[in-house]
Amino acid sequence: MSADERVLLGHGAGGRLTGELVRGLFLPALANPHLATLSDAAVLPELPAGGRPALTTDAFVVDPLLFPGGDLGYLSVCGTVNDLAVAGAVPRSLTWALILEEGLPRDVLERLTAGAAKAARQAGVQVVAGDTKVVPRGKADGAFAVTAGLGVVPSGRECGDEFVRAGDRVVVSGSVGDHGATVMAARHGLGSATLRSDCAPLRALVDAVYEAGVAPRCMHDPTRGGLATTLNEVAARAELAIELDEAALPIRAEVAAVCELLGLDPLYLACEGRAVFVVAPEEEETLLAVLRDHELGQGAAGIGRVTQRRERGVRVVLRTAAGGLRPLDLLSGMDLPRIC
Amino acid sequence: MSDARPFHAAHGTRALAARLAELVARAERPLTVMEICGTHTHAIAAAGLRRLLPEGLRLVSGPGCPVCVTPVDYLDHAIALARRPGTTVCTFGDLVRVPGSSSTLERERAAGADVRVCYSPRDALRVAREHPDRAVVFLAVGFETTLPTIAAALEEAEVEGLANLSLLCGGKLIEPPLRALLGDGGVHVDAFLLPGHVSVILGADFYRFLVDDYGVPCAVAGFAPVDVMLALCELAEQHARGAARVANLYPRAVTAAGNRAAQQLLARTFAPVDTRWRGLGEIPRSGLALRPELAHRDAARFAVDVEPPREPRGCRCGEVLKGAIEPPACPLYGKTCTPDAPVGACMVSSEGTCAAWHRYRALEEVAS
Repeated sequence: MSADERVLLGHGAGGRLTGELVRGLFLPALANPHLATLSDAAVLPELPAGGRPALTTDAFVVDPLLFPGGDLGYLSVCGTVNDLAVAGAVPRSLTWALILEEGLPRDVLERLTAGAAKAARQAGVQVVAGDTKVVPRGKADGAFAVTAGLGVVPSGRECGDEFVRAGDRVVVSGSVGDHGATVMAARHGLGSATLRSDCAPLRALVDAVYEAGVAPRCMHDPTRGGLATTLNEVAARAELAIELDEAALPIRAEVAAVCELLGLDPLYLACEGRAVFVVAPEEEETLLAVLRDHELGQGAAGIGRVTQRRERGVRVVLRTAAGGLRPLDLLSGMDLPRIC
Repeated sequence: MSDARPFHAAHGTRALAARLAELVARAERPLTVMEICGTHTHAIAAAGLRRLLPEGLRLVSGPGCPVCVTPVDYLDHAIALARRPGTTVCTFGDLVRVPGSSSTLERERAAGADVRVCYSPRDALRVAREHPDRAVVFLAVGFETTLPTIAAALEEAEVEGLANLSLLCGGKLIEPPLRALLGDGGVHVDAFLLPGHVSVILGADFYRFLVDDYGVPCAVAGFAPVDVMLALCELAEQHARGAARVANLYPRAVTAAGNRAAQQLLARTFAPVDTRWRGLGEIPRSGLALRPELAHRDAARFAVDVEPPREPRGCRCGEVLKGAIEPPACPLYGKTCTPDAPVGACMVSSEGTCAAWHRYRALEEVAS
């Protein structure tokens, strides 16, 4: 296919065009022995003894498909790897299915595929199965990706919201809201030279934390709904409350600026390469040191603590820089822009 | 962060809170300040400033949230246009969830209507260019802050000869409702916290009528915590001294005369007209309609059936908007009317008084 070629309905029909796409693009980019067999299902090696399998699935519909710091392909593999990693699992294998809109430029598809391959390499995982469907123009928005991810929780590793205790500390691995702000800015032509998505696979960062002997109570990747939503869910499952310190929150100046322009709150914007940890108070310092020593955790910060339950269902409270208090509730519907 | 955002600095806010307490204590009467603007309502809640206010100072919200003051018949008209074949409705996001008499734009969109959320009126220009076969209607709500950008987009459409862009006019002026509130007698306001961004357009001198005709202390303020606290100190000081003037405490953005080019653009595009406000009723010459020479841009020319307006039973948004009651006095507040399922407009927009209270209320009761 030449550079100005586009995806046709036939590329999803299972015939000759599909074969060309698989052999000409997907196999070379995602090269691994399981995928190369092109059989109906990938038959995988046995899991390490004592390890428990962790399985996740996710769908990706980001608009625009290409954004500063990533693309739909890179995002989809990172997102899947990260869901496994923060569950305490070592990611192993992924499936990657694409729903493409007829007319998608070939070079965009190539970039998405290269993005997925890069993320898989960085995370040390294999894309062992895939599928491609093409729908008529207007029936999808460029491209959607759907994944499944398989990982293994090593024997003896326990991690989950049920282990969270009052007095625990909340730590985030870097600045929040970068991905959401970048995508919103790209949609509205507000890009800046320094604004880019934090999209990255977190596997190596989580590995480093366990290798240092830190055992987080729980870990999460604050994607859709951002930090505020993630912590609301943690507090609800733990039946406790969380208090955040606004002055300690790492928020980039350019992210704050985009949020002010568009009427968004960075605490509700997606991160795609950040982990939030809850740890015992005595482990906070070690955790911060490990994170800051890693390239993906240089902006790590202790941002708050777990407290006893509060009345009236308020789960997360922000102690504002001005000295006030403000509940960080779940979003209602979509986060709507302000009009003036 | 505090270095990059000096007007958010905690030490500044705390120092001003202490000063404010002194000033309020010095006055003989308690002080009721009305913040007119929805962005102030939101900013005060977001920074948790109410906790820092002394006893003897009460903040009430006024009619400055454009979504909240838009009456239900306007929404019904917009919904009717959205149902009209070949029509695309472009709107600022807040309006899509505001209940009309029997539907919302959000529900119409789910049912197949072409309703698009725009951040800027220029987005509507782009939609009109891309779809020359469709009638594109922009929902022109807002005050003098928002309307110049709408006027600018319309002017661009005129120059370009882009015939398929129209406005459903719901624009409002800020002076008439303030006069109506002060003349009403029903609402007691000692001082006004005046909105920063509308003042960028109108200029600080615009508010002289509040001092000259009503003797009410005024302060133009920005939206960061330090801005708000500084303005409250100014108002408390005027109140304690029995003085009244318009203090411009947002000089980094607001001048005495305002933005003349934007004012002229407004005057070229719109003319005052009698209009209805949610809560305040009909106020003479308080709305903005297109000038007669732009009648071909008025979406009211499309023949559509607009259902008779029906206000939600029990909803007291109207009194909330006048500052006559606080949200918990409304029987629906927090019960059938919540941010997840708003009944009244004040619960929809993040700038709405009820939405801001709803966020804050929970906190009040858990404050440690």
